[in-house]
Amino acid sequence: MAHKSKTSLICMIQFKNYDIKFLLKYFLLLVIVCATLKPSFAITPEQAKALSVGETDARIQVLQQIIQEPDEKTLVFLQALSDDSVKILDGRAFIVKNNLGIDPITGDSVEVPADAQDVVSNNRMRGELDAALSALRLFSADPKLRLAAVKDLQKDPDAGKLSVLERALKLEQVQKIREQIEIAKSSILLSSEDPGVRLTAAKKLAESHSPDTQLLLNQRLDVESDPQVKIAIQASIKTIVSSLVWGERLGALFTGISLSSILLLVALGLAITYGLMGVINMAHGELMMVGAYATYVIQTFFIHHLSSYFDYYLVVAVPASFLVAALVGAILERCVLQFLYGRPLETLLATWGISLILMQLVRTIFGAQNVAVENPSWMSGGIQVLPNLTLPWNRMLIIVFAACVLLAMATLISKTRLGLFVRGVTQNRPMAACMGVNTARIDTYAFALGSGIAGLAGCALSQIGNVGPDLGQGYIVDAFMVVVLGGVGQLAGTVYAALGLGIINKILEGLTGAVLAKIAVLVFIVVFIQKRPQGLFAVKGRSAET
Amino acid sequence: MQTPIVLPNSAPLLSRTGWTAFLVVTIVLTACVPALNLWVDPTSAFHMSDFLVALIGKIMCYAICALAMDLIWGYTGILSLGHGLFFALGGYAMGMYLMRQIGLDGNYKSELPDFMVFLDWKTLPWHWTFSGSFAATLVLIVLVPALVAFVFGFFAFRSRIKGVYFSIITQALTFATMLLFFRNETGFGGNNGFTDFKRILDIPIATQSTRMFLFVLTAVTLLGFYLLAKFLVQSKFGRLLQAIRDAESRVMFCGYSPVPYKLAIWTLSAVMCAVAGALYVPQVGIINPSEMSPANSIEIAIWAAVGGRGTLLGPILGAFIVNGAKSWLTMTAPEFWLYFLGALFIAVTLFLPSGVLGLIRKLTTQKSLDKGGAA
Repeated sequence: MAHKSKTSLICMIQFKNYDIKFLLKYFLLLVIVCATLKPSFAITPEQAKALSVGETDARIQVLQQIIQEPDEKTLVFLQALSDDSVKILDGRAFIVKNNLGIDPITGDSVEVPADAQDVVSNNRMRGELDAALSALRLFSADPKLRLAAVKDLQKDPDAGKLSVLERALKLEQVQKIREQIEIAKSSILLSSEDPGVRLTAAKKLAESHSPDTQLLLNQRLDVESDPQVKIAIQASIKTIVSSLVWGERLGALFTGISLSSILLLVALGLAITYGLMGVINMAHGELMMVGAYATYVIQTFFIHHLSSYFDYYLVVAVPASFLVAALVGAILERCVLQFLYGRPLETLLATWGISLILMQLVRTIFGAQNVAVENPSWMSGGIQVLPNLTLPWNRMLIIVFAACVLLAMATLISKTRLGLFVRGVTQNRPMAACMGVNTARIDTYAFALGSGIAGLAGCALSQIGNVGPDLGQGYIVDAFMVVVLGGVGQLAGTVYAALGLGIINKILEGLTGAVLAKIAVLVFIVVFIQKRPQGLFAVKGRSAET
Repeated sequence: MQTPIVLPNSAPLLSRTGWTAFLVVTIVLTACVPALNLWVDPTSAFHMSDFLVALIGKIMCYAICALAMDLIWGYTGILSLGHGLFFALGGYAMGMYLMRQIGLDGNYKSELPDFMVFLDWKTLPWHWTFSGSFAATLVLIVLVPALVAFVFGFFAFRSRIKGVYFSIITQALTFATMLLFFRNETGFGGNNGFTDFKRILDIPIATQSTRMFLFVLTAVTLLGFYLLAKFLVQSKFGRLLQAIRDAESRVMFCGYSPVPYKLAIWTLSAVMCAVAGALYVPQVGIINPSEMSPANSIEIAIWAAVGGRGTLLGPILGAFIVNGAKSWLTMTAPEFWLYFLGALFIAVTLFLPSGVLGLIRKLTTQKSLDKGGAA
């Protein structure tokens, strides 16, 4: 019994003890919070004046002071300074917002005298203001803003920010942001006087996986004198590099796949018109351009008439680009190409002529300059997978889009009646005709389909690059390379060739630069075709020769 | 013992009227034009302007290309989309010599061409070794394109690449070379290529008499190549080429290997284009990588197609018609030129498979038949 009460007593004392400690801590915290937010520490008229006029050095000094004890009004005033919306007259500062004057000290609206002068900040002052603003954002309520602020601060480490960071660290609850603050602190401490501090900082920085830190460490390594710190820095660099390598590798792979998806989109249409129908369609690139301009027209229409639905314009633009390009293709087939089947070299020249006319037509209608096609807001930006690897949404969506188009086309060719007829006509035209297939109409449909897919490719390209009359020219050689490499008449071959060429191209680009990579790929194809004239996946059997 | 194959007596190189016409054209180009340009008073109605001389000189270079294209496409059935490459190679070989001839008169007053000074190069790169000598340049103009064509053709024809495949890989080759020449590191002046030439053989290049000399030289070359081509296509060699064009498998069954024939005409055609390029550069005063753009090579094919493939005379005519129309249209209505060119491509392939010359021949035979019927 006694034993029990004794323990409970101890418990109570301990609890009390703990409670007191806790209260003490809480009180301290409260004091700090109050210190940072209490109005009595708000910006004074003298500080506002000192921040706005005088030598840059003096202004920066005041700035450094003021951010030690920041409040809401300081933030507003600094932001206004950074936005160039502060005026001053006779030592009194005014914030001018939407033509209304605000007193920076009281926050009340006041009349701005007409002869008040603009406050001018030079670039150095601006840099300091931005840094100060990020330091203040460290105490923002939004964790995202806090994280961004830490990262901003880390880019430009100097000792003045150390105290702010320490204060933020004390208040910070989110573990992830705490780590970032620690890293930012270490970046500053890396140039401290004390070798011991430098050593811990160097070790700590190994946890950061950003290229900026790598740069910082490398810079420090050049001036570091202490051998132990040097070793620590080298070890940290090694860790960072090895974590970055994966980002780089995956990045190269991603851009390769992205290029492949574009090549695939471009080449899929050609795989029908050239691969299945044997038409050397030099106007393929211009059909893409038609699709891209169709997207542009729809986009412009949405901007002017349906601006609230702008984010959904692609829902209309994708079918529109398909239909317009398909229509142009069908007209071409009816008017020109149907007379040229079986004469591939003549189709080459005729379609080249068509491409010239289409390009000039677009120049006449839309002008020779590139036009701007804006992404819908949900397609801009990207997700950050690794510190040095961000995957843009538009490129990822194009990969998905290419896969969808491929799937739809494969289904159409292998599963539908139209696909059956197309295959029948390409394999044996007279026999298909004997079976009652209207071969001429099938030709038109097939050509329109190929052209429509070119239009879809144009729509996709409009989301990642410029739209101009020359849009198609840059892709036509590549597209033919893909089809030829993959083997004529082979959808699977086209897919593999597009994937292979895209990834090889990007990997080589990393090693040799863009132009040499392109040359190497072209030379590779030329050599490859010498070895295997039928492409990667040759059609076997009698029809292979014809 | 094999019995020798009896060939039909070969026709004369040109008919009587043919020779007369040839002679007249020769006299016009080599005597009348210089006389009208150099010695007739500029105010006179008969004076030929420098502009016109330069234009005709340029078109004659194009006509040589069209003639070369006719040999390989019209007579052998191989459509090359890489003749712009050979044209540019010849042009660049000549351009290198002309750059060296500038000597110390460049903007930077240096031994080296201006663009090398600009790139901060100290010595000439290795491939400029022979550019100082005119004789070596002449050899290079022929040798480099011939070698490129021979090596490429050897591998292509040996693996029996033909038709559209051949066209597309020649285009890829030309495209790749264009990208290569666009780079500054290659040592060919990058984007800007070569320009601002001052002298050729130490004679100022921009004077009227030098220009006239180049004009006459181009005319003589064109006429000489025409005779050579005419001789070739009428010989047994030429008949074999046409047999290869019409039925390659049968030629092989008859015991001929088509490879050496194709290779020979392909290389010759490339050399003709290169010579045209070498004559073109001093007259026009500039050479840059855009000469190798796919569009230029395809245009050569359209000259041949417009005039009439497989006629030799037709492609020359075609080069004059298309380029004449080009310089006229780009002056009067520049926005319509591409519509016209595009329509020409389509119209010729759809309605004029044997070109303008074919149309003229058809009309004249129709007329004589009508006359014969009436008589």
